[in-house]
Amino acid sequence: MPEQFIAPSIDWFALSPYLVMVAGALGLLVVGALTPRWPRGLYSLVSALTATSAGVLAVFIWNDVAEMGPGTLVGGALSHDAFAQFVTIAVCAATALVALVTDAEVRGTVLEGPEIHALLLTAATGAMVMGASNDLIVLFLGLETLSLALYVLAASERTAAGQEAGMKYFILGGLASAVFLYGIALLYGGARSTNLGEIVARFQSTVALERNDSLVLAGLALLIVGLGFKVAAAPFHVWSPDVYQGAPTHVTAFMASVGKAAAFAAMLRVLVIALPFHRDDWRPVIWVLAIASLVIGSTLAVVQTDVKRMLAFSSVSHAGFLLVGVEAAGHRAGEQISGDGLESVLVYLALYSVLVVGTFSIVAVVSRHAGGSTDISVFAGLGRRRPVLALALTILLLAQAGVPLTSGFVAKWGVIQSAVAERSYAIAIIAMVSAVIAAFLYLRIMVSAWLADPSEVEPEPVPAMTGVAIALAAAVTLVVGVYPELLLGWTDAVSNFAR
Amino acid sequence: MHGAVDFPLLSMLVLVPAIGSLLVALSPRRRPEYAKLIATVTSVGVGAMSVWMLRAFDSHSGGFQFVSRHPWIESWGISWHLGVDGISLFLVVLTGVLFPLAIVGIDPHNDDPRRDKPYFAWLLLLEAGVMGSFVSLDLFLFFVCFEIVLVPMYFLIGGWGYEGRVGAATKFFLYTMLGSAFMLVSILATVFIASANGLGRITFDLVELAEGASFAASTGRWLFFGFAIAFAVKVPVFPLHTWLPDAHTQAPTAGSVVLAGVMLKLGTYGFLRFGLYLFPEAARWSRPLWLTLAVIGIIYGAIAATMQGDLKRLVAYSSVAHLGFIVLGTFAFTSQAITGSVMQMVNHGVSTGALFLMVGMIYERRHTRQIADLRGLQHVAPVFAAAFTVVMLSSIGVPGLNGFVGEYLILIGSFLTARWWVVVAATGVILAALYLLWAYQRVFHGEPDEENRSFPELRWKEGLVLLPFIGIIVFTGIYPKPMLERIEPAVHDLIEHVSDRTGYVEPQPAAISIDDEHGEGE
Repeated sequence: MPEQFIAPSIDWFALSPYLVMVAGALGLLVVGALTPRWPRGLYSLVSALTATSAGVLAVFIWNDVAEMGPGTLVGGALSHDAFAQFVTIAVCAATALVALVTDAEVRGTVLEGPEIHALLLTAATGAMVMGASNDLIVLFLGLETLSLALYVLAASERTAAGQEAGMKYFILGGLASAVFLYGIALLYGGARSTNLGEIVARFQSTVALERNDSLVLAGLALLIVGLGFKVAAAPFHVWSPDVYQGAPTHVTAFMASVGKAAAFAAMLRVLVIALPFHRDDWRPVIWVLAIASLVIGSTLAVVQTDVKRMLAFSSVSHAGFLLVGVEAAGHRAGEQISGDGLESVLVYLALYSVLVVGTFSIVAVVSRHAGGSTDISVFAGLGRRRPVLALALTILLLAQAGVPLTSGFVAKWGVIQSAVAERSYAIAIIAMVSAVIAAFLYLRIMVSAWLADPSEVEPEPVPAMTGVAIALAAAVTLVVGVYPELLLGWTDAVSNFAR
Repeated sequence: MHGAVDFPLLSMLVLVPAIGSLLVALSPRRRPEYAKLIATVTSVGVGAMSVWMLRAFDSHSGGFQFVSRHPWIESWGISWHLGVDGISLFLVVLTGVLFPLAIVGIDPHNDDPRRDKPYFAWLLLLEAGVMGSFVSLDLFLFFVCFEIVLVPMYFLIGGWGYEGRVGAATKFFLYTMLGSAFMLVSILATVFIASANGLGRITFDLVELAEGASFAASTGRWLFFGFAIAFAVKVPVFPLHTWLPDAHTQAPTAGSVVLAGVMLKLGTYGFLRFGLYLFPEAARWSRPLWLTLAVIGIIYGAIAATMQGDLKRLVAYSSVAHLGFIVLGTFAFTSQAITGSVMQMVNHGVSTGALFLMVGMIYERRHTRQIADLRGLQHVAPVFAAAFTVVMLSSIGVPGLNGFVGEYLILIGSFLTARWWVVVAATGVILAALYLLWAYQRVFHGEPDEENRSFPELRWKEGLVLLPFIGIIVFTGIYPKPMLERIEPAVHDLIEHVSDRTGYVEPQPAAISIDDEHGEGE
């Protein structure tokens, strides 16, 4: 029986961050195509400003949410809650930083122009949609928007390694998307809906006997595999070292920050928010993934000689830390008092995004000067050539290692705290010990930068906008490290999500 | 009440060096002499404040004084809570005095004067971290300070050390960080379990936790061991000591002085402040383990020291032995022994700090630390030799010098509760005389050969740096009362706290003659 289509009412202001991002991307493409080449740096500035204004709008929406309470948008497709705004702000901040760094990376090459920035903004929009999605189909749309833009970005440099990275990422990413989509289909079969709110409502209203649990469980497994690929959790991480290494450094920074943040936000939406009734089924899986990522990520990072590969493995180990938080969130998912797991994961994501962009920016500066090589030896003597840059690198690496008074410590403390609060002692201890192993890797880079004899005497030029991005990242790292209350004061709200 | 002074003394002790470090880092690169000037002013200022605190300290009170408490990370129940009592008082003063001496008196030997800037910045940051560890009464704050000291020390060893510096620095960093990894989980578990058992809310405040929370025996033991691993690495207790000889030997002189002088005490202090105070039951229960490891450390450290051909390594191993005494006293659970331990922490800092300083001077002159390359220095540098003798005798623990007071109190105090361990440990005193006197004999006695004949005598500036060390050594040795009467009330309170929690009764010296079989039981 044909129903009449009723257009959902649309709160345009609540959608404004997405609209700004898409408008920015389209504007760059259209105006950029019609006008002669813009003065240098302007493309980057426009895209950074677009991302910043989207982030600022999200702050205003955050205030609205705080006043009126969470809800849904566009007929239940998107959530209108602090969780979504938090992810949006983190994604926008990282995107703005990456946009600043991109300028110097593409200047003078065929890539100079509006296209790469349009792709960045599009990918970021996809990431924001993933963080806000309240429907599995919308989540998938966001995922594909992000991924397709990222495939192109990863292959944007016309080098053999870049092409290989793009191809690998495309094939494996496509496979992961397919698995994820199949998972959605099975879950739909079991729960009769793709809407997160309706899935939860269905579980609440039906007794266990009437549920089609096997379909739900199969769907859940496939969803975890798909998300595991996207967050680069071991054992689904094998694509990441090659892709991180082969992709242009600014794109790697984007993947490690925005890509990871969006995938984890999606994981929280699917597991913690939509499927709390199956928390005892998915929590052990996350436990295993977390430990595998921690151990494999940190031990394999230590034996690498290429800095980008090292950071790729270290990002696997960071994914392990984030999974520790997801595991903690799983203990009391769906209950009134649900613990700090979800909040700690989001805080970790935001802080890690900023510091990973900062780290890769420095790698970009150093490797450009060394003719594109990212071997650890090109960092030798950085402290003599560029002491301030080396200091920024040290701050960011110490933060990645989780040394106190840096944001990395606040992030780690948060997830370990939430794990210990749920009495997951084993996973907390394994996480901390693997952090020590990973610290060796950061020390190696620092030793090279400060203590090794310089392989190169000419100081590397630091482009102004990249310098600003690095300075911002280092400043955030230190300020949040010394006074975490600045951030923690308002993240309590994120666990009050909508579905 | 002294604790009510308006001036936030303890916060200043932590923050001034940190700010000084920042100022040094921001000082103009073209004028490296500013770096040293700022570092000198800052560290002398901190030293003066710490000595002023010593004067203002109320010696009849066992509680925390100069307490300063402000909210810091309220979402997590963390506050900026500082305080000092008899146990930490002298460690704070030692830190305050040692750093200006290391900064003013020890030349970093930078080939490039611009490298002075990071050197002094790291030293001041180190001072802030060490000060913070000794005065913090909040578990989070303590962990932050305990962990942050690794970074400056890592760069000091790695950047200004000797030939094997990078390996030694990395080993030092990773070893200590591994210990801290367990402590971090343990701190969090303590806080959450305490909030579930009796405390009712999340707080990282040490005093609230120690006074308000009670743990089931097995829980407390697990938690205690999480802390204990971190402290045992830092001390270091016997099987975990392997980072120490490398770090000490490779560190620049100022690094060794600070490392031996105050940083190792973070471990022994941690045992007293966070081990015994927070988990009295677990500390009592694991006593035999620590006593045994302490005694092994004493004997092993002494034997290893005897075998060393490198003078600096010899002093490093002697630290393992001396810190064994401190751990022995700590876990003897008598007022005398613990008072002795606290004294020994300070005395070891002074005497071993001075030894490292003098070994550094020898290296500066002769560019070798090998005992075999040195001989007859007494003939060419008698004043130098005399100063070395005083410091060495203090390290051996000869009566009349400071080393004796602490060691004697530890041995006599532990005899009541840990008799057989003491019997073994006492031989360590003899071994200390053996390895140090033997080394002295080889280095200073005999006829100097060609290379040693031109060994320069002690310079004025070096003498001025050594003078405070020797002054403290002699003064404390002859008149330890002012120190003891400030330490004792706090130790007494600690023992009382342990007794309240575990029903342990401290044996009194008179009681043992009647009932010596049960002297060590509960």
